Amino acid sequence: MTALPQTTQKKLGLVIDLDICVGCHACVTNCKEWNTSNYGAPLSDIDAYGAEPMGTFLNRVHTYEVRQEGCNAQTVHFPKSCLHCEDAPCVTVCPTGASYKREEDGIVLVNEDRCMGCGLCAWACPYGARELDQLAGVMKKCTLCVDRIYNENLPEEDRVPACVRTCPAGARHFGDFADPDSNVSRLTAERGGMELMPEQGTAPVNRYLPPRPKTDIGGENKIDILAPFLEPVVNDEATQDQPGGFLGWLDKALEKI
Amino acid sequence: MHPAPSVIIFTSLSGLGFGLMAWLGIGIPPVGGFAAFAFFLIAYLLAVGGLLASTAHLGNPGKAIHAFSQWRTSWLSREGISSIATLLVMGVYAFNLIFLGQRIQILGWLGAALALFTVFTTSMIYAQLKTVPRWNTGLTSVLFLSYAISGGALLAGLVNIAVVLLLLLTLVQIIAWQTGDKRFRTAGHSLETATGLGNLGKVRLLEPPHSSPNYLLKEMVFTVGRKHALKLRTISALTLGLLPVLLLVAMPFNLVMVALAIVLHVIGVFTARWLFFAEAEHVVGLYYDKR
Repeated sequence: MTALPQTTQKKLGLVIDLDICVGCHACVTNCKEWNTSNYGAPLSDIDAYGAEPMGTFLNRVHTYEVRQEGCNAQTVHFPKSCLHCEDAPCVTVCPTGASYKREEDGIVLVNEDRCMGCGLCAWACPYGARELDQLAGVMKKCTLCVDRIYNENLPEEDRVPACVRTCPAGARHFGDFADPDSNVSRLTAERGGMELMPEQGTAPVNRYLPPRPKTDIGGENKIDILAPFLEPVVNDEATQDQPGGFLGWLDKALEKI
Repeated sequence: MHPAPSVIIFTSLSGLGFGLMAWLGIGIPPVGGFAAFAFFLIAYLLAVGGLLASTAHLGNPGKAIHAFSQWRTSWLSREGISSIATLLVMGVYAFNLIFLGQRIQILGWLGAALALFTVFTTSMIYAQLKTVPRWNTGLTSVLFLSYAISGGALLAGLVNIAVVLLLLLTLVQIIAWQTGDKRFRTAGHSLETATGLGNLGKVRLLEPPHSSPNYLLKEMVFTVGRKHALKLRTISALTLGLLPVLLLVAMPFNLVMVALAIVLHVIGVFTARWLFFAEAEHVVGLYYDKR
């Protein structure tokens, strides 16, 4: 049934650290790799080597520029996947019962055997977390790697979502938000983990850690740390056009020939 | 939102069909025999044709049978059940009326109520979506019901009633356009709330996550043709109500004039429904810095 559970025993989800993410897209790639070769219909690509390649992805990385009046612009890499909302609008709109939120851990999933591919859940999601696979005609979304996190055939360190396992920067954390002492709960409390588009009232489980404030070196007391290192080594006008070192020796040697 | 032909045909035709059914159900006009057969045939062709067109929007139409199961939460599921119930109840009513010469009025009333409820459920598929502020208002339901009731009256040949209702419909549609234009802004969504980065400054997209379009952009960030919106609104407002009313009032009354008024009205309905989708902005467009 597409009614949402009143409460869930666990609230499994991700913390994404926007201060640390370097925008390498490794999470995008490993997500696609794991989820195309395991659970359900593969994540198809269309015209993969053509002029307009398109494909199904469960995780995407946007890159934004944030600029405050009079300050330097700041680049923020922004991975986005399903937030496993507590009040998930994608679940209740589903007419077939294919979409559901699990009572035991709060993961939002799609039963592909029932999905008729109407796309209404993708319309209901504010975050663009659901994509209709163009070949299979079924809705695909992040499963929080439900086939990894409980998988006893995998070594214990691999029992986390593929995106978390692969992140080379340590910008992604997986855990239970219902437990106040979990890694994700503590990170959220310490760093002011935020919800995306809270005015939509979806109560997302995943949290984003804002970038830490940057040291301001562009204000009144301007200190340009790199400037001294970039100064020309010799300022003598006579030698300005003369290269020094190995190039200088080579130059002189070639002159002599 | 992408104005897919399947959903435009579905909402337009089934709305007209169920609107006509509602009038036939309450017995206005009080037809029987062959005339009733002709009216019901048109109503069923429109309603069923529209519903069949909607299945073209599905990735897996073979699994559509499951869509009748989630009526507790899903407006789309309620729509499916309500439309089938309407077709069944009206079928029994029409059979008795046409072939047995009996009017079972209670069935007619029930069928008419179900027909209008079906149109309401269709409207709620769109009106429930907080992600599309233009649709997320009670006015969407008023609009869809106005289309069904006035278009149904025109199809039923109720000239006097249709003239009044078509003018009212035009008014409701113009109000919906005007108020709809402000809804995204007043809903308060922005790239700053979408990313949570608003307290750090003004946010703009530096690099999109993919260089080609994807399902999200094709389905929900449709921006083609909006520059013609004003022209299309004018065409729609004229053909929807004003021109048909002029034909019905100022020209000598005959079947050709009624048919012409219906053709004009249907052109207006399709144009307005195209705009309904093409002008609707989904909040996911914010992440791509375009709507």
